[in-house]
Amino acid sequence: MSSSGPSAISLSPAPAGGLLPSQREREARGTSDGAARARKLGVRVVALAYLAVLLIAPVGMIFYRTFEHGLAPVWSAVSAPNAQNAFWLSLEIVAIAVPLNTVFGIGMALLLERGRFRGKAALGMLIDLPFAISPVVVGLALVLVYGKTGWFGDWLAQNGIQVIFSVPGMVLATAVVSLPFVARETIPVLRELGSDAEQAAATLGASGWQTFWRVTLPGIRWGVVYGVVLTTARALGEFGAVSIVSGRIEGQTQTLPLYVQDRFENFDITGAYAAAVVLALLALATLLAMNLLTRRTRGQVAS
Amino acid sequence: MAIEVHNVSKQFGTFTALDDVSIGVADGALTALLGPSGSGKSTLLRIIAGLEEPDAGDVTIGGDLVTGTPARSRGVGFVFQHYAPFKHMTVQSNVAFGLTVRKRPKAEIEARVKELLELVRLDGLAERYPSQLSGGQLQRMALARALAVQPKVLLLDEPFGALDAQVRGELREWLRRLHDEIHVTTIFVTHDQEEAMEVAEQIVVMNGGRIEQAGTPRELYESPRNEFVMSFIGPVNRLGNAYVRPHDIQILPEAGGNTIEALVQRIVHLGFEVRVELTLPDGREVWAQVTRASAQELELAEGQILAVRLPPPRVFAS
Repeated sequence: MSSSGPSAISLSPAPAGGLLPSQREREARGTSDGAARARKLGVRVVALAYLAVLLIAPVGMIFYRTFEHGLAPVWSAVSAPNAQNAFWLSLEIVAIAVPLNTVFGIGMALLLERGRFRGKAALGMLIDLPFAISPVVVGLALVLVYGKTGWFGDWLAQNGIQVIFSVPGMVLATAVVSLPFVARETIPVLRELGSDAEQAAATLGASGWQTFWRVTLPGIRWGVVYGVVLTTARALGEFGAVSIVSGRIEGQTQTLPLYVQDRFENFDITGAYAAAVVLALLALATLLAMNLLTRRTRGQVAS
Repeated sequence: MAIEVHNVSKQFGTFTALDDVSIGVADGALTALLGPSGSGKSTLLRIIAGLEEPDAGDVTIGGDLVTGTPARSRGVGFVFQHYAPFKHMTVQSNVAFGLTVRKRPKAEIEARVKELLELVRLDGLAERYPSQLSGGQLQRMALARALAVQPKVLLLDEPFGALDAQVRGELREWLRRLHDEIHVTTIFVTHDQEEAMEVAEQIVVMNGGRIEQAGTPRELYESPRNEFVMSFIGPVNRLGNAYVRPHDIQILPEAGGNTIEALVQRIVHLGFEVRVELTLPDGREVWAQVTRASAQELELAEGQILAVRLPPPRVFAS
């Protein structure tokens, strides 16, 4: 072991002027405080203005225009048979596509985060593809594969299954465009959770299934919930892909967004606005449900 | 139950974590795997637990070959370095987990959990969540959780690594006594030689994926097989190829009888122990360890020239 000599520690005296800041320093700080405050305020104004121009004003206008002449015309617009049909069809598609994508998304997240295999990076990119491809292209691609002249067209026709221009095709289109959300929201949470708790469960005798339900899923639930909300919002609002595969048959394959477009094109402004408001309220309800759910359950686990 | 590891090797990519390692742990023993980071000690522990599969070699627990048996069927209790609590469950549910997944009757689970929480002195905290516990409490919860399923062997990965010095000391003592009480075969991993010496009955010193030496703390200290074990298991002075323990350097009041002169560079008072840093006539630097009492008796002072007697140095064949 080597010995080191006593290290020289210099205790330099406090600089002249002592502890009290000079008048000039104080003035300088005063102006820089003011400048910082102005900057902060500026950023807020810009952010709010941006939101106002892009989001608050247009959505506000829709609400305003819708209820401009009171509730009666709105009620008759939304209770029109085609509007009703569109509403329930949208819910039906969401009710099928969202659970499908939730299960798929969680499975995919587990595979990508916990699995060790070749081509993992490629698979990770593949599930992001629906973000990159235009929904219209997705719709066309589905028609090419499942349409009458498509790959499976003959087989499907022989077995009496209609995919394109009916609900299965619309569910498919919706599922494709909202595919990445659950996986993408779940992967970072899964990574942060780590695999220690899962391994602990294994040493304690839990099967893979028990570990998933009792340890992994509760650990990632906020990521999953957020993914589900985004998926639902995307699925509710999907227009392009569904527009192509549905054939837009009035009263049959019209979802709410398609119905809004249809009313708008037919100069039924009240109908279009009323349906748009319903769509907006559905999305709002989803967000609200997530908020309440997270708040209540978090309250139970409060630290 | 006894644990035996035969010729186990493990690669991670190009890194050799374990290179043909064999150890035997007697039934009921308390063993430490000691080594620097990257020595393969945690990998060996995880292979025994079934959390990693070896590339080659076998593991037996209580005479049964368990290589290839999944962790959940090996009957091991494992305590993770960062405790791996189930954060969304109360202390009660954490400890009960192993019994719950085995679908034991509720009354039995409750009784067992109560008993365990008393054993680890967490009774009264059953309804808390892990985020409301201190490091030491989490550690004890993790231990109770591992013990709940009455494991054949208990494995602990750096059990005291993340705790502050005082809590660490208390927990070591407590683990030692707990082992005397429940007598389950226990292996723990540590990089702290003092911890290994204090707690374990047997120490396995590892380095670079190999076992350097295994034995009782005293055997390792008194007859280290090589320079790595010698310098890892206690303080050393290196004099060329030779190694000398600081407490074997004698400081004498007068010269005579193969003593040499030495200049006192620095004196460090560490309570009972006093560390004396010396320069020998040939310029080599060593340090000697003396007690406070003898430092006072010798009236040691910095800058003083002393007589010292070096013990026969230990030389290892390289």
